[in-house]
Amino acid sequence: MMLRLTFRTGWTVAIFAGQLGAFALCAAGEAEADKSPPAVPARIEFNRDVRPILADNCFLCHGPDQNRRKADLRLDIRDDALKAEAFVPGKPSESELVARVESADPAEIMPPPRSNKKLDARQKEILRRWVGQGAQYQRHWSYEKPVKAEIPAGQNAIDVLVGRRLDALGMKPAPEADRRTLIRRLSFDLIGLPPTPEEVSAFVADTAPGAYERLVDRLLANPHYGERMALGWLDVVRFADTIGYHSDNPRNIWPYRDWVIRSFNDNKPFDRFTVEQIAGDLMPGATTETRVGSAFNRLLLTTEEGGAQPRDYESRMLTDRVRAIGAAWLGQTTGCAQCHDHKFDPFTMRDFYSLGAFFADIQEPIIGRREDGMIVASAEEEKTLARLDAAVAEARKRLDAVARELDAAQTQWEADVARYAITLPELGRDSKASPAEKGTATAVQAALTKTAGVRNRREREVIRSYFRDRITPLYPAERAAYAQAEQARREFAERLPRCLVSVHTEHPRTVRILPRGNWMNETGEIVKPALPHYLSQPEHSGRALTRLDLALWLVSRDNPLTARTVMNRLWKQFFGQGLSRQLDDLGAQGEPPANPALLDWLACEFMDSGWNGKHMVRILVTSNTYRQSSTATPEVLAADPLNRELARQNAYRIDAELVRDNALAIAGLLVTKIGGPSVKPYQPEGYWENLNFPPRHYVADTGDAEHRRGLYTWWQRTFLHPSLLAFDAPSREECTAERTRSNIPQQALVLLNDPTYVEAARAFAARILRECAGRPEDRLTRAWQLALQRTPRPPELATVTKLLAQHLKDYRAHPDAARALISIGVAPAPAGIDPAELAAWTHVARVLLNLHETITRS
Amino acid sequence: MNERFDRAGVPLDRRAFLGRSAHGLGTVALASLLSPSLLRAGPENPAAHEPALTLPRQARRVIWLTMAGGPSQFETFDPKPGLARAAGQPMPESFTRGQQLAQLQGERLVCLPPLFRFRTYGKNGTEISELLPHIGSIIDEICLIRSMTTEAINHDPAHMFMNTGSQIAGRPSMGAWVTYGLGSEAENLPGFVVMVSTGKGRSPQPIAARQWSSGFLPGRYQGVPVRGQGEAVHYLSRPRGVSRDQQAADVAAIRALNHNHDSVAHDPEIAVRIAQYEMAFRMQTGVPELTDLRGESARTLALYGCQPGDGSFASNCLLARRMAERGVRFIQLYHRDWDHHSLLREELPLRCREIDQACAALILDLKRRGMLEETLVVWTGEFGRTPMSQSNKGPVGRDHHNKAMSMWLAGAGVKPGFVLGATDELGYAAVENVCTVHDLHATMLHQLGIDHNAFRVKFQGLDARLTGVEGAKVIKDILV
Repeated sequence: MMLRLTFRTGWTVAIFAGQLGAFALCAAGEAEADKSPPAVPARIEFNRDVRPILADNCFLCHGPDQNRRKADLRLDIRDDALKAEAFVPGKPSESELVARVESADPAEIMPPPRSNKKLDARQKEILRRWVGQGAQYQRHWSYEKPVKAEIPAGQNAIDVLVGRRLDALGMKPAPEADRRTLIRRLSFDLIGLPPTPEEVSAFVADTAPGAYERLVDRLLANPHYGERMALGWLDVVRFADTIGYHSDNPRNIWPYRDWVIRSFNDNKPFDRFTVEQIAGDLMPGATTETRVGSAFNRLLLTTEEGGAQPRDYESRMLTDRVRAIGAAWLGQTTGCAQCHDHKFDPFTMRDFYSLGAFFADIQEPIIGRREDGMIVASAEEEKTLARLDAAVAEARKRLDAVARELDAAQTQWEADVARYAITLPELGRDSKASPAEKGTATAVQAALTKTAGVRNRREREVIRSYFRDRITPLYPAERAAYAQAEQARREFAERLPRCLVSVHTEHPRTVRILPRGNWMNETGEIVKPALPHYLSQPEHSGRALTRLDLALWLVSRDNPLTARTVMNRLWKQFFGQGLSRQLDDLGAQGEPPANPALLDWLACEFMDSGWNGKHMVRILVTSNTYRQSSTATPEVLAADPLNRELARQNAYRIDAELVRDNALAIAGLLVTKIGGPSVKPYQPEGYWENLNFPPRHYVADTGDAEHRRGLYTWWQRTFLHPSLLAFDAPSREECTAERTRSNIPQQALVLLNDPTYVEAARAFAARILRECAGRPEDRLTRAWQLALQRTPRPPELATVTKLLAQHLKDYRAHPDAARALISIGVAPAPAGIDPAELAAWTHVARVLLNLHETITRS
Repeated sequence: MNERFDRAGVPLDRRAFLGRSAHGLGTVALASLLSPSLLRAGPENPAAHEPALTLPRQARRVIWLTMAGGPSQFETFDPKPGLARAAGQPMPESFTRGQQLAQLQGERLVCLPPLFRFRTYGKNGTEISELLPHIGSIIDEICLIRSMTTEAINHDPAHMFMNTGSQIAGRPSMGAWVTYGLGSEAENLPGFVVMVSTGKGRSPQPIAARQWSSGFLPGRYQGVPVRGQGEAVHYLSRPRGVSRDQQAADVAAIRALNHNHDSVAHDPEIAVRIAQYEMAFRMQTGVPELTDLRGESARTLALYGCQPGDGSFASNCLLARRMAERGVRFIQLYHRDWDHHSLLREELPLRCREIDQACAALILDLKRRGMLEETLVVWTGEFGRTPMSQSNKGPVGRDHHNKAMSMWLAGAGVKPGFVLGATDELGYAAVENVCTVHDLHATMLHQLGIDHNAFRVKFQGLDARLTGVEGAKVIKDILV
């Protein structure tokens, strides 16, 4: 059947869609809450109960990988298992599988002791009961198309589906969080910045119906929304400013980052967002915008290392790209299929290399420096560029009109040079020419020694331009006009941003299956681009597939994985963890979602809405589930320690970039400009000392660039800015669906001692003193409002008042120390404030910026 | 909240780590983090019942000396008279056909004889290069492996492979694995410390921070770079104008406010945050105390051949001993200047001089203090070098090579005065007792009391191990 995909921008692409799979989703029933050990369910379900046991313990030797298969037995396909007489459905006592897992004999027991795997009593009972109930299989949940649950009209589907499980488990949702917590949570989640005290009080005071929804709409329309949403996507596609391997040199790529931000702000439908990235150059009506999106294909690691072999890196780049598609869209771990068929999922080596073959048409150097990339000009700049191009053409025309006479004169001059053995003036003994001029003249002189007939193009050109620039007096106006037009064009173009993008070649690289992943082995079969065989796909009647086909398939209804993968990640942004906790693996070794109906509903709604991101975000954040308090009662904590059932919100530390943004915003230092080249904030001396080829010297930016948001920080893959690294920002060498969230001493050192935070503390202090004259208590209240959007509690006031007095006394006694502290940073120290007072308040501000609560979204 | 680990860094799915036991090693790691003395006060092997920790523990810590760039085995530890005899002759194609080459791709392959003489040292008359007389003098303390191999042939992937057992970025480094498994005994220093020294060579290797990354393990297991010169740990110094007492007052206030907030928020993460601030504050004294060499005797300084604060590899060796004394679990020292594509004859003696005495001093010093028997010292590059000459980069050198390299180990139950393995006549490939990087990792873990097969963490659906999925063997022959 023919499927028409229409994007809301109006372009339509027809693709052939295969028959829709007729699999009914086997509704997963109630999974157990995280209690240990849960009772064995009366009715066993393969996907929920059995598959995890088999996948973790058996598939390694009795699964999809035929090279590792033992005893000619595979347990992942029912027919094969039956044929091998692994079990007799309905008769556990006659079943070899049951006998072997229950055996006490080390020679008999499965899994064997040498595997270091062991089944517990519950797992054994599950297998016995499953065989007893007929040993029914289910297709892995994520390979089935998602099915949308019926939701009563007018209700939020999230609340309905979460509520059903809570009812079944006898649990109650937490009460709604207070308004201050809600606006703080929403602000961090939607724009990545804290609310101002004024915004908080306005929201608290707005008791009219729909106040919350209006707040959500306002934040969704805020241009910082795109920045906030970009954080996760930039991790997952591994966006960075440098190439990654060895010398880790820079490359031109930042316009892609701005493209991502813009896409989120414009609410570009996710299908369109996908196609532009994978095939923005191949789309009908490709534009500068769509081509910048196609920079996605260039985000991988590359090398300039001497001795690196092209075929080696061709293979590394292919595998890098396959892993990226797997991570960003499919939620599949594909990396192992580089060397062998996946041991747990049906993803084969052929799938792996065929997927990689989609990218064989991308023009790029395999080894060495990246090209400068495409000019990325604004519409205005495009116009200027076109005007300058026209001027060059016009000047050229006029020069060409007199070319014959100039060339004749040049021939005459060349003959003179040869006849009289003339040395060019720049090379004369008393020449005052610059080294560059001498260099040019040397090249010309050398070219002139050759007879005209054997000169190459480059030599002809240097002679010609030298003659026209330096020798001939003929047609000065024409020559000057041309030179000026060219120079104007060059100078303008040099200032324009550039970006690596995808450029298609008609002569793609040959892609072979590499036996055991070995790039030196060229005996493997040649493969063409193809979609993973185990997922339903459009009929394309033997037509050669392109990146455009891949992109369209990723966001087609045929694909059961993309919408789930994206929604699972989105869920993490608003709840701190995915519905399936394994964001990067929805395959057999991942974790089935605790609430499969909910993930499926979100996936379906996402597709039904035309892949409308803001629509989904709105549904998430307006749900009562999202609006719950994150404080858990001891009973809830005991019943569901990991909060799989969502009877509360979660509290967690904000992301690395936001830790910085938050401090700068509180201090009033944050420069809110959106986009542009990456910036270099303060960085410890010597942090780049282990870089080489060439050695790098970090020069921190000054002025506004010093106080930009964290996501604009120069992303040096091998040495990511240490304050981002301390808070778990990934190096982006590999796709990262899931940042770890650690709590380590380096975080304390950054917040206490990094000049960025010391400067922020001083600016925050000055702000308090400036904005609030009066008693210290009033000022402290203002400080609390700015940092935490609440009033201080009495014990807090007592602690800080004492601290302030102590520091004030110290600095009055040591004014030099006060001046030293308040001069840290580039932001000018305010005039008219007593240095001792400012220094003492800097400490108070610093304490506030260091609080756990300040960097926590609850 | 983290998806794979709880706040203590213990995997939420315990099956993923060390089987089904209720007392995973991660618990030990947490205990040591929150209160290092807990671990010290406990039994020698607090988790001996764990499947991965059933082995007797010989090593309490590791000092790993990384010679980045790939030292030539032909001028250090692998004497090859056969190669000397073949000097100037073409390398037989039977050796090189179908093999990976780096910068010699497409070049004429000619045998380059060893450029320096070998001398015999020790009880067994072991031959090593004249460039390493100090290491020669302790040859009876170390165990030489002449049959090490690796998979990668370019620096960056080769370092990744040596450090993480994988050529793909994002895996935990061995120091992270070890600290994750065993925790730290250090009171006021990180459990995994990295120091990099740059010799006076021409093209020091770039060393990426990923070489000491914690990968998918919690961030607290990442290596902390400590610098021999300048600020020892980034952001360790107080801001100017802030006294130690003032810093202490601020940290105390932060603690009080965090504590107060906990009474409202009931968030267990807050207790961890408080503990981390205390650790950070202790590091602010612990690190300067570590790097202050004034307490070291003139004799010790002379033994290592270093001046306090010179940032040299020798200084770092002395600091490594001091870290070992202070309970640091994994200490990795880099020397960056071993990539001799050219100027091998000119540069190598200088580089050897920068490390020879220091390596020997470290072994002697540890031994003198009774610490060698519980400290595993490993010396290795990321790959070896070719028996063929390279002359397309200036005066003669050798190219990268992954079929053979030499390395040595000492201490912690490794056979002293022993040589394992051999290469073929021309030194092209390891042929006897061939060892892999995975074998080396398995052996290190073995000496630390960890069964490498059982030591795993679930990542992207797989049981990830330091020793990979291909299988690895403990190199039993080199163990006492």
